[in-house]
Amino acid sequence: MSKLNIAIVDYGVGNTSSVHNAIGQLGYNVSLTADKDALAAADALVLPGVGSFGAALENLDRNGLKDTLNELVLGDHKPIIGICLGMQLMATASHENGHHAGFDWIPGVVQRLELPAGYTVPHVGWNNVQRHQDAPIFSRLEEGVHFYFDHSYHYVTAPEHVLATCDYGIPVTSAIRKDNICGVQFHPEKSQTAGLKLFRGFFAALEARQHA
Amino acid sequence: MLKKRVAAALPVRDGIVVQSIGFERYLPVGRPEIASEFLNLWGIDEIFLLDMTATTDGRCIDPALVRRTASKCLVPLAVGGGIRRLADVDALIHSGADKVSLNRVTWDTPGFVTEVASRYGDQCVVAAADVVTGNNGSYVLFDHLTKQATDRSALEWARRMADAGAGEILINAVHKDGRYTGFDLDLINQVCAQVPVPVIALGGAGAAAHFAELFEQTPAEAGTAGNFFHFSEHSVIQTKRQLVNAGFNVRLETHADYGATAFASNGRLVKKSDETLENLLYVKIEDEVI
Repeated sequence: MSKLNIAIVDYGVGNTSSVHNAIGQLGYNVSLTADKDALAAADALVLPGVGSFGAALENLDRNGLKDTLNELVLGDHKPIIGICLGMQLMATASHENGHHAGFDWIPGVVQRLELPAGYTVPHVGWNNVQRHQDAPIFSRLEEGVHFYFDHSYHYVTAPEHVLATCDYGIPVTSAIRKDNICGVQFHPEKSQTAGLKLFRGFFAALEARQHA
Repeated sequence: MLKKRVAAALPVRDGIVVQSIGFERYLPVGRPEIASEFLNLWGIDEIFLLDMTATTDGRCIDPALVRRTASKCLVPLAVGGGIRRLADVDALIHSGADKVSLNRVTWDTPGFVTEVASRYGDQCVVAAADVVTGNNGSYVLFDHLTKQATDRSALEWARRMADAGAGEILINAVHKDGRYTGFDLDLINQVCAQVPVPVIALGGAGAAAHFAELFEQTPAEAGTAGNFFHFSEHSVIQTKRQLVNAGFNVRLETHADYGATAFASNGRLVKKSDETLENLLYVKIEDEVI
């Protein structure tokens, strides 16, 4: 069985080496690339993200990656998983420092966390997620497992797209999915064994499909 | 529900993690990448890698050191020491840091906090201060270069940092450093009252009970220990088990979780019965396959 080729989209901001380390530990062929052909050749894409929405989008635009990704994800239906800001970029729009249009892959808006008194922003630390739908990312995980969150904005979208939420005074969208597109608000690459199992679930489902 | 964080600080001098006592005496602990690997295995929630001599030497924490430490780190890694320029931050994030801890640079250029936050998001910026009790009993910032208390108010500094866009505030109580007598709860409470962002306490932890006090008597989101975690096996797991047993909300997901173990009131493990130990010989523990 040949190893899956996973491409991490390199758009110049954020800590990509942790994602690279984590997926590499699982034994897949991982590359960090902005090259269109390399992205097209990969079995799955990872859209990482630390940083601000505006800056990330500007970088994607400048590298011509926005068009490439639209083509691969919407045209070729290539599986993609977005992490943190990488998930938020999939929204219709974001209100982080102004108004920015996103990829609009999963209809929704990214808004600042408006929380009851006593809850600090950013939402940072380990939180347990509640699942609302079955998905490959959760196939190897027990209910109530913890992931590491670190964000000030959250994805507001229709319940049909929401795989999981966590409780931080309000239900916070934690994982979303539509067709081949998946996103998580937390950082699996920083969530120890739970994070590795989440990646394994996502990629193992692709392998199973390839060999079916 | 969000859990309270049990974090570890790795203070580094000349590339080696040290035990720090009152910021005056230092004992070597070992290589940061080894410490990071063990802390990860023991289920730590976050790691702070802090180069203590970078500012004095007029340099930034070495990105190569960060890269080595990050390579075995599957929890958030915050790094600090002598960071003054956006290019420093770029290099550190690129080397595997998730957050930067800004200390001295914030005194005169709080705008730098804003600059980093607008590039990497506020969740990426930890504003950190070493605090002591000043002459009139108020809390003031401590100057490493002169080893003296300054007349800068710690509370006013914290407020300015939150306004400038810092995502978290790390407060290190210098007068508690290495004493194992517990966190400075009054200081942490005063800082928490000033800022709407999470506050992380450092300095003085020497037992699980100190974390319990912190989480019970202050709104701090995280407690951090340096020295205390390095010198006994499974120190982090044992701390978390005692917190869980006492009803605190912390994450405890390691394979070994000390669930069937009794702790003495001083936090030490109680020896299991000979019968239990004998039976352990016949328990097969499979390696977890991910």
